[in-house]
Amino acid sequence: MTTSSSGQRAHSGPLADTIFGIAAKGAAVVTLGLLLAILGSLTISAWPAITKYGLSFLVRSSWDPVQEEFGGLVMIYGTVATSVIALVIAVPVSFGIALFLTELSPAWLKRPMGTAIELLAAIPSIVYGMWGLLIFGPVLAKYVQEPLQAVFSGVPYLGAFVSGPPVGIGILSAGIILAIMIIPFISAVMRDVFEVTPPMLKESAYGLGATTWEVVYKVVLPFTKTGVIGGIMLGLGRAIGETMAVTFVIGNFNQLDSLSLFQSANSITSALANEFAEAGEGLHQASLMYLGLVLFFITFVILSLSKLLLARLRKGEGAKS
Amino acid sequence: MMTPEERASRSAKFAQRNVINRVATLLALSAMVFGLFWLFWILWETVRLGVGGLTLSTLTQMTPGPNDEGGLANAIYGSVLMVTLATFIGTPVGVLAGIYLAEYDRKSWFANLTRFVNDILLSAPSIVIGLFVYSIAVHPLHTFSAFAGVLALSLIVIPVVIRTTENMLQLVPDGLREAAYALGTPKWKVILRITLTAARTGVITGVLLAVARISGETAPLLFTALSNQFWTSSLGQPMASLPVTIFKFAMSPYENWQKLAWAGVFLITLAVLALNILARVLTRAK
Repeated sequence: MTTSSSGQRAHSGPLADTIFGIAAKGAAVVTLGLLLAILGSLTISAWPAITKYGLSFLVRSSWDPVQEEFGGLVMIYGTVATSVIALVIAVPVSFGIALFLTELSPAWLKRPMGTAIELLAAIPSIVYGMWGLLIFGPVLAKYVQEPLQAVFSGVPYLGAFVSGPPVGIGILSAGIILAIMIIPFISAVMRDVFEVTPPMLKESAYGLGATTWEVVYKVVLPFTKTGVIGGIMLGLGRAIGETMAVTFVIGNFNQLDSLSLFQSANSITSALANEFAEAGEGLHQASLMYLGLVLFFITFVILSLSKLLLARLRKGEGAKS
Repeated sequence: MMTPEERASRSAKFAQRNVINRVATLLALSAMVFGLFWLFWILWETVRLGVGGLTLSTLTQMTPGPNDEGGLANAIYGSVLMVTLATFIGTPVGVLAGIYLAEYDRKSWFANLTRFVNDILLSAPSIVIGLFVYSIAVHPLHTFSAFAGVLALSLIVIPVVIRTTENMLQLVPDGLREAAYALGTPKWKVILRITLTAARTGVITGVLLAVARISGETAPLLFTALSNQFWTSSLGQPMASLPVTIFKFAMSPYENWQKLAWAGVFLITLAVLALNILARVLTRAK
């Protein structure tokens, strides 16, 4: 190294440092700005619909592009119903998987099993969608929906949930496929938070003669409660925002005339996926943008909650150790 | 001394606890099997139906009309082109922001806010990204374009890369930084030559995961890049991509379209799983 070059470097150092620092900070600002830009641009594009309907958009159920009548209730109902079904299935299963991976599995099996479950999250949603429509739907119709209908069709109240054509398309199949898709997310968070439980606590309980289930249910679960709820919220956020898999199997039917889980319906995301590219400019497009804004707002709130709960667990853990 | 009744009630209680434990264990095991069952079913059908639809013409011919012979060549080309460009645009921004969070500003409110927002963007519905890009790039220019598709995909790359870059840089021991500073190295050089180099494998893993994620993304392309039945390499025009083509073909009643869609699903799943496994192997080797 020559003296002149090192002298040059001493001069160029501060400038290069400043530039690099600004570039790095700029990239961080871009990320922050992205969120604001998304909110802003969606609000502007949705403005005609917002001024026309206001918040009553959320409870109006007619969706008629020909008459220019729009309301989001049908899609919001579809999104909520499918997500609830997904959670009802995915939460206990994810808990079981996390329990298996943290307490029951032999050490050599933990890694391959964990990876296999994580790969469920890697499969693109379009694959879930096509599989759901062409393979899973018919199987569901034949082996689940038809028997259920045979059993419950005459029963009051319950019969209403299983009425309609058992074709394997609709709210139930969308909910089940969503459940499969969010299991890896929820179980990964549960596994991670179960593993932060101090071994001392668990070993004390085992030492007093507690069974594995008692240790998990009475020691690990109370200790990691906030984290577990955070994980469930993360899964819920994913379920609400999932687009392609739902679009394939929900049936895209814009009417809400029965409570049946076998009924074709529509969700916010699938309405966007199906209609947006063909929607004429004006109120139709603005209403779809309004739906997108509602979707973004809901997921934003849920994911924020999830993040806060998980952060709280981490903080509590720091205070205790 | 325990009376016989006490002893009997204790052992009954113990037996009951054991039964509950066994039932819970069994349920946990079945939950695991339940999870694996779907994975293998989906993969099995993908391979079975995908390989059946896969021929040489799938890779060399254009997307056909209904009941016509053809392949997926233009869709594959479009996907590869858009994913590559999006990765090259998104990665530098993501790495720089990750560097900022790990090296410049670990604790301030601004850094915490950025981290928070980034985590939200990481899980935000990708269709909203599509709507956003539509309103800033498609609507003003009055045309769907591959350029808008690239933009949408790169916005999905950024949060993934930020997250992994930051995490990986924070694993680099501070002693390494201090040693470099003590030798009078300027900060940008410490970052590029020392810490980023030390965290290289991790950062590459993040990029691979981002590529895997956007390769299968359909929703953000639906109203940005749209689709195209023909071969085009112009970024100003609508461009076909594998996921959007699969969507269109799978929902159609035509048998040859569905067959091609299965072939496409097989190709995408293969690519995405290979990238994921490669990323895992890379981090484990470290």
